[in-house]
Amino acid sequence: MSETELAGELRTMLGEAALEIRQPARNNIFITVKPEDVHGIVKTLWEGRGARFATVTGVDVTGGIELLYHFVFDERHAIVTLKTRVAKPFPEIESITPIIPAAEWIEREVHDLLGVKFRNHPRLERLILSDDWPDGVYPLRKDYEPKDPNA
Amino acid sequence: MSHRTLIPIGPYHPLQEEAEFFQLYVEGETVVDMDVRISYNHRGIEKLCESKTWDQLTFAVERVCGICSASHPLASVQAVEAIVGEPIPERALYLRTIVNELERIHSHMLWLGLAGHFIGYNTVFMWAWRYREPILDLLELVTGSRINYANVKVGGVRMDMTPEQLAAVQKGMDEVKGPIEMLTKAVLDDPVLHARLKGVGVLKKEDARKLACVGPNARASGIPHDTRRTDPYAAYDRVDWNVIVREEGDVFSKAVVRCLEALESIKIVKQAARDIPGGPIDADFREIPEGEACGHVEAPRGETFHYIRSDGTNRPYRLKIRAPSYVNVPSFKATCIGQPISDVCITLAAVDPCYSCTERMAVVVDAASGKRTMNFEDLVRLSREKTRKLLRNFKG
Repeated sequence: MSETELAGELRTMLGEAALEIRQPARNNIFITVKPEDVHGIVKTLWEGRGARFATVTGVDVTGGIELLYHFVFDERHAIVTLKTRVAKPFPEIESITPIIPAAEWIEREVHDLLGVKFRNHPRLERLILSDDWPDGVYPLRKDYEPKDPNA
Repeated sequence: MSHRTLIPIGPYHPLQEEAEFFQLYVEGETVVDMDVRISYNHRGIEKLCESKTWDQLTFAVERVCGICSASHPLASVQAVEAIVGEPIPERALYLRTIVNELERIHSHMLWLGLAGHFIGYNTVFMWAWRYREPILDLLELVTGSRINYANVKVGGVRMDMTPEQLAAVQKGMDEVKGPIEMLTKAVLDDPVLHARLKGVGVLKKEDARKLACVGPNARASGIPHDTRRTDPYAAYDRVDWNVIVREEGDVFSKAVVRCLEALESIKIVKQAARDIPGGPIDADFREIPEGEACGHVEAPRGETFHYIRSDGTNRPYRLKIRAPSYVNVPSFKATCIGQPISDVCITLAAVDPCYSCTERMAVVVDAASGKRTMNFEDLVRLSREKTRKLLRNFKG
């Protein structure tokens, strides 16, 4: 699929910070960036470009956790996803909650389920898992083995 | 020096009977701070879906929520279709539109009825649910069930609608239009409802943007975002309809937005049932290639957002679901602070939060003071008392 105008604009805006820009469908743009650049780019998208924050997805892949920050550009009819990868066994990245209050819950959720530590998060407490869930067990990781597989 | 009391409510939602835990910090009658804890009923559907095939996926996702059971599978299916990148038959797009809009009408009527019930207006409850029932009958007629319709699939829809069914949908819309218009006018012109709901639980536009709120919750606060318009899917760009926006952000404007939206939905369903083209209903995709994409759909409560990654096998590698309530529920903190306890009830309900359904209610007594106990009945009683007081003033 050929790039839309928005993808071209983001390419110019991000310059070398964008390692790769892909547009698999008209309304889907994926931009791969380095983890240390995420904070700055999120700030630009949120404050400068008026993007609406949708959510963060964590994906367990070999050797690391991929984090996908989804933004919706309502006026441009597109979803823009920033994609980055943090290394296991101790994945860690700067929190975006200080910029976007709406990210508080989802960062706590990713912390619970995939064990990613968000630096400078105002309140990185449990949200999804119950208080008696064992530490260091992350149910959304691919190597997670449920106590009772039939449950 | 005012005395600060902690009122725990939950862990079942005091109004929609669902799992959620609120801690209200009150001084006298006024809420000064609050904390929300969710996920008492986390079912791990994202993890479960990793073990489902593409065909099973829609059934699993449908069960995220009984009321939004057309929106969630559609969002997932649209993400998968973006990975495949092939066009979907026109007729299927219209069929999807009809089912999704019928769902919106019944969901908005459900909310209106509950809202009326909680402020002691049981007439509104009776009327709204009375007119919701024929919509559910129509859904049953065209899909075979009142909820969990199982009509959408990757590449199209599972079941076609016959000309008789489409005619019945048109006729049903004509029949329900008058009563819903009457109900909307009755709500909008009622002086007691004005007095009871205006200026209550205001969500400011800045707060709605900061918290990334969606759906009627955001549209009542002046944010004109509606996925059906901003990123048109199904047949929404082929029919004529309006995005309803209000500026005030209070409970009243949320009610207005939902009532008027139900009327817009009737317009959409009528046009879609009239203009639906013939042809196939399924593109019949054999394989889902490797790739990733996002799909979003305007559910009755706001945008539901799904991300899917495929590794080329017959199962998704990862599915992420962000339901609308996940971003709407945190707005409680912005709307409840500064409100009297009697208004918390309707303010919490105004968001139309949706978790998984539980028909129970637990009451927690504050251990420190041991004095204040708030349960469902107390909250509803306080809320109704306030309405009755207003009613007396109007009569007197």
